[in-house]
Amino acid sequence: MDAPEEPLPPVIYTMENKPIVTCAGDQNLFTSIYPTLSQQLPREPMEWRRSYGRAPKMIHLESNFVQFKEELLPKEGNKALLTFPFLHIYWTECCDTEVYKATVKDDLTKWQNVLKAYSSVDWLIVVVENDAKKKNKTNILPRASIVDKIRNDFCNKQSDRCVVLSDPLKDSSRTQESWNAFLTKLRTLLLMSFTKNLGKFEDDMRTLREKRTEPGWSFCEYFMVQVSVPPGALDCWVFLSCLEVLQRIEGCCDRAQIDSNIAHTVGLWSYATEKLKSLGYLCGLVSEKGPNSEDLNRTVDLLAGLGAERPETANTAQSPYKKLKEALSSVEAFEKHYLDLSHATIEMFTSIGRIRSAKLVGKDLAEFYMRKKSPQKAEMYLQGALKNYLAEGWALPITHTRKQLAECQKRLGQIENYLQTSSLLASDQHLTTDEREYFCREILSFASQQTDSPGHRVALPMHSFAQLRDLRFTPANAVVHVGGVLSVEITVCSQMPVPIHVEQIAIHVHFSIEKNSYRKTAEWLTKHKTANGVVNFPAEASPFPTSQSSLPALELYEMFERSPSDNSLNTTGIICKNVHMLLRRQESSTSLEASSGLALEDGAHVLRCAGVTLQPGPNTIVFRTQAREPGTYTLRQLCASLGPVWFVLPHIYPLVQYDVYSQEPQLLVEPLADSLLAGIPQKVKFTVTTGHYTVKNGDSLQLSNVDAMLILCPEENRAVIYSNTREKVSDALLRVQSSDKVTSISLPAAPTYHLIEFELEVLSLPSAPAAGGESTLLGVTEPHGKHKDTQKTGHCMATTDHKVSIDCPWSIYSTVIALTFSVPFRTTHSLLSSGTRKYVQVCVQNLSELDFQLSDSRLVDTHDSTDLRLIPLNTESEQCIHSRQAVFFVWELKWTQEPPPSLHCRFSTGFSPASEEQLSVSLKPYTYEFQVENFFTLYNVRAEISPPPGTEHCRTGSLCSLDVSITRLSDLLEVDKDEALMESDEYFSTKLMYEVVDNSSNWAVCGKSSGVISMPVTAQATHRVHMEVMPLFAGYLPLPDVRLFKYLPHHSAQSSQLDADSWIENDSLSVDKHVDDQLDSGSVKSRGSVHSAASSEHKGLPMPRLRALPPGQAFNSSAGTQVLVIPSKDDHVLEVSVT
Amino acid sequence: MAVCVAVIAKENYPLYIRSIPTENELKFHYMVHTSLDVVDEKISAMGKALVDQRELYLGLLYPTEDYKVYGYVTNSKVKFVMVVDSSNTALRDNEIRSMFRKLHNSYTDVMCNPFYNPGDRIQSRAFDGMVTSMMIQVC
Repeated sequence: MDAPEEPLPPVIYTMENKPIVTCAGDQNLFTSIYPTLSQQLPREPMEWRRSYGRAPKMIHLESNFVQFKEELLPKEGNKALLTFPFLHIYWTECCDTEVYKATVKDDLTKWQNVLKAYSSVDWLIVVVENDAKKKNKTNILPRASIVDKIRNDFCNKQSDRCVVLSDPLKDSSRTQESWNAFLTKLRTLLLMSFTKNLGKFEDDMRTLREKRTEPGWSFCEYFMVQVSVPPGALDCWVFLSCLEVLQRIEGCCDRAQIDSNIAHTVGLWSYATEKLKSLGYLCGLVSEKGPNSEDLNRTVDLLAGLGAERPETANTAQSPYKKLKEALSSVEAFEKHYLDLSHATIEMFTSIGRIRSAKLVGKDLAEFYMRKKSPQKAEMYLQGALKNYLAEGWALPITHTRKQLAECQKRLGQIENYLQTSSLLASDQHLTTDEREYFCREILSFASQQTDSPGHRVALPMHSFAQLRDLRFTPANAVVHVGGVLSVEITVCSQMPVPIHVEQIAIHVHFSIEKNSYRKTAEWLTKHKTANGVVNFPAEASPFPTSQSSLPALELYEMFERSPSDNSLNTTGIICKNVHMLLRRQESSTSLEASSGLALEDGAHVLRCAGVTLQPGPNTIVFRTQAREPGTYTLRQLCASLGPVWFVLPHIYPLVQYDVYSQEPQLLVEPLADSLLAGIPQKVKFTVTTGHYTVKNGDSLQLSNVDAMLILCPEENRAVIYSNTREKVSDALLRVQSSDKVTSISLPAAPTYHLIEFELEVLSLPSAPAAGGESTLLGVTEPHGKHKDTQKTGHCMATTDHKVSIDCPWSIYSTVIALTFSVPFRTTHSLLSSGTRKYVQVCVQNLSELDFQLSDSRLVDTHDSTDLRLIPLNTESEQCIHSRQAVFFVWELKWTQEPPPSLHCRFSTGFSPASEEQLSVSLKPYTYEFQVENFFTLYNVRAEISPPPGTEHCRTGSLCSLDVSITRLSDLLEVDKDEALMESDEYFSTKLMYEVVDNSSNWAVCGKSSGVISMPVTAQATHRVHMEVMPLFAGYLPLPDVRLFKYLPHHSAQSSQLDADSWIENDSLSVDKHVDDQLDSGSVKSRGSVHSAASSEHKGLPMPRLRALPPGQAFNSSAGTQVLVIPSKDDHVLEVSVT
Repeated sequence: MAVCVAVIAKENYPLYIRSIPTENELKFHYMVHTSLDVVDEKISAMGKALVDQRELYLGLLYPTEDYKVYGYVTNSKVKFVMVVDSSNTALRDNEIRSMFRKLHNSYTDVMCNPFYNPGDRIQSRAFDGMVTSMMIQVC
């Protein structure tokens, strides 16, 4: 009774279910009054105050008056609402006390007892007064007395339970007044009873509902109470109400207003449609056969329940009432009205953009069409709804709609679509196992049918049937040689609920001949990091909207475009290779699930696997193929066939490829160690990659011999044959034969695409002038101070290359192989002097990682000068030289006559690896040739510092005297004959420059620190120089350096004109400075030229040149001497300016 | 209280949906899905004005014979839809609002979980428990 809270404008309600009122007592009296009563009762509305805070309603009361019978009274516990009598009225016309006492009172008592027995308290006694009757009787008591008697007898404290109705059939004001009072009373009581009983009913309902968790609760009982309202009546009422409201709105609005308010009215339309639908189902109007007799009875009841149409619409051509009546009258009429209503609703929903609602109404419509056996009409609506649910990813509606669609497609005979939908449903997790198995069987039974056309096949997308999980190649890098075997192992996850026997699973492969295919694949594999050659395929995210997942994934590739001339990068970018798939128009048609675009590629290359049973869940299938043509093979499609049903995965992504290559036979020669060492036997590995060439017995490698390199042939030498995957196959004895020119190696027989590996020992003979370049131009070794540097940087060994030409049996061309040998030693020499005694030192550095044993070291004079002797100072004949260490050898030079200007020496030492006990070959010694020039001492320089006169020691801050004496040790020699030599009257002199430098800043040289002297070229000629120096620190100080240079005129012609002394004196500072600054770097010779160049720019005058004396020619006899300097006693600060 | 609670992604697919009489799950799915029509309508009608007011509660979306469907939209356009029994007159607008707020808070907690990928189904036990409490609690 509680109307839904629709925006219903009517304030006054009529009752579609009239409450029952029983009548007892004088039936004739009631019959006479009934017409007036039934007409008058609903005339005035009553305010109905409802329980539970529901808003009060104005209501017109009507009643169904029936004769009182005991059976009508509800038994205890009856919960039906509408068959329940709400009020019991007793009618009497009695005005005679006698009669009252005789009959009426008894009758009333009996009636009251019955009511009490059923604990019914809703009753009323009506006493009808008739003036006419009154007049006829003589012994009339005042009328009040009968009423009073009744009230006294029955209405205990409820005097209002007895009312008087005066002259009901007359037309007088008194009658009218009496009627009004009676009707008001009646309405009040009726409503009271109604409210009370409804409240009780609702309480019962609530109690029942609350009890639903209790064990004995019966849903049926609850249901029976709930729907005690006769089924359909409510629906009729809702339908009529909706249409009434809509009609009212249409009546007072124009089209534009209606259109703008669709959002508010469409709810009513859809509600009305829904109600009409349920009425149609209720009355058996939605079935192929039409309503049966029971349905018809129900229809008749419903129509009768509607009552007569209200007079205000009765005469119009169309009214909701007429519409409903017509719709329920026949199957055809119902269909017409239902379709009209549905289409109007769908249209309205669509027009305001409520697509989902429109689809839902459409689905109801589809259901209707399915019931009416018109699946072709249903399909459109189902597809539309399904598309919507798929696009938004609503799993349960998808499953439900698909199930409906499957039924529809089955009826339509759309085999392909039905099978596809079935496969989707068979893999649907939201269905029960039974349902899934049912759809699976549908597919299987179709697949097992014999088709009329044997070539006919049904291609379905694979993803619902099975999903490709991963793929594994063996070999893992997916590269095989021609004739090799490749296996592809795939894991597919069967989505079917039962094991499926598949006749064949095939991978369609696209073949392309591409250059560099091997490299491309290798790159691809490393890029995709496919460990063990496994490619994983992304799992389909099925619960998400297909609008996202149905699109193929982007296939992106890097693109580099290089300039053809210098290979520099011009452009780079990313290319999408499947643009055509991504940018195609979204199909607006309904065939979302149709198997469009499932073209099977018919390629010549197919990998097949027959007779596979796919268990639910993951399955592993292995394909084997023997590689034939070289090129790149791309796996394109996966296809599983069950009779005429083919499940096709149209696009395998990510891209999976394997490569077949054909390889030319190859020979690779490489040293076993990082580098080969010269002079000792070294192992070299030969690798023959057979490629497509079969190595037969008798095939051999012919090596042309090189003079400086020997190929050693050990007796036991084995060659090992490996397969292409580096598995050892066999080994065989290697036969090596050497003649003068050629070394021949017989190869063991080996099949194609195998490797033959063997090792040979080679020996590079040290070439004679191994270190010829080492001897410097002037025969001067590097200065001692620089020795360390060269040791540090001189890490790399000198190398020699040997080229070997090899003839291979598979080619008419020779293969030339270069082997680089490193010399393990570096040797340097130096000349040492002690006065006029001379020593030659040879330093041998071992640069290799090996330890060597040196033996039999010698130094010989290659010119074999008779008066020259080399006396070894080395005691041990054998010496071990460890890795990265050096060994020094010293010889003293002795001569009897004038020493030669230069000495040519050859150092040689035998060496062998210290670790190896025995060597099969005798090794040649290591030699080093060098030249020493100008080794004879010409000058002796001696410096001496003496304390100031009168003091015992030098003191800091006090001037001391430095005496330098330069002594010529020999007469004119061959080496003196140069530009600086001057001759006058057989008297020879040469110009020398001396220079006192103290690099350690221990001394301040005061005054001139350098000068040029003219030195007579005579033995024992001595030049003394005196200068003053001041010690800056206390302690034992080394003496300042005294250096000697040869002073060469710029040009011999100009030398006489130039007063070099005066020039130097004029510009002494500048010379000093230059020399000081640059002493450490470069040769003195070059220093001199720098100096002269710089000065000549100033002066525009040619400059003399300076040349350092070779260390062998000048001997500093005071080198290493120290002078004791004691600190000054004065505390005051000493200021010294040093220039 | 609530008979069905749903969280729907910006793209309109369900992130979470649960209804209490599980036999009728499908009906509620359809109901919630259809209610998105009204949600969309309300969001677009709301326009800028209400966005500025930060009004997330959409109110009653539509009534059916037996249920009332309420909506709520977060700032990230995630929608909450709640279905309550029509007969439950104790549930006023304020109660519904507070239930949505509770739902929103719990949803925010889910989003704060660093292991949750936005857009994935909500499988949080805490969220589930909160929804259960909203469904069982009888007013």
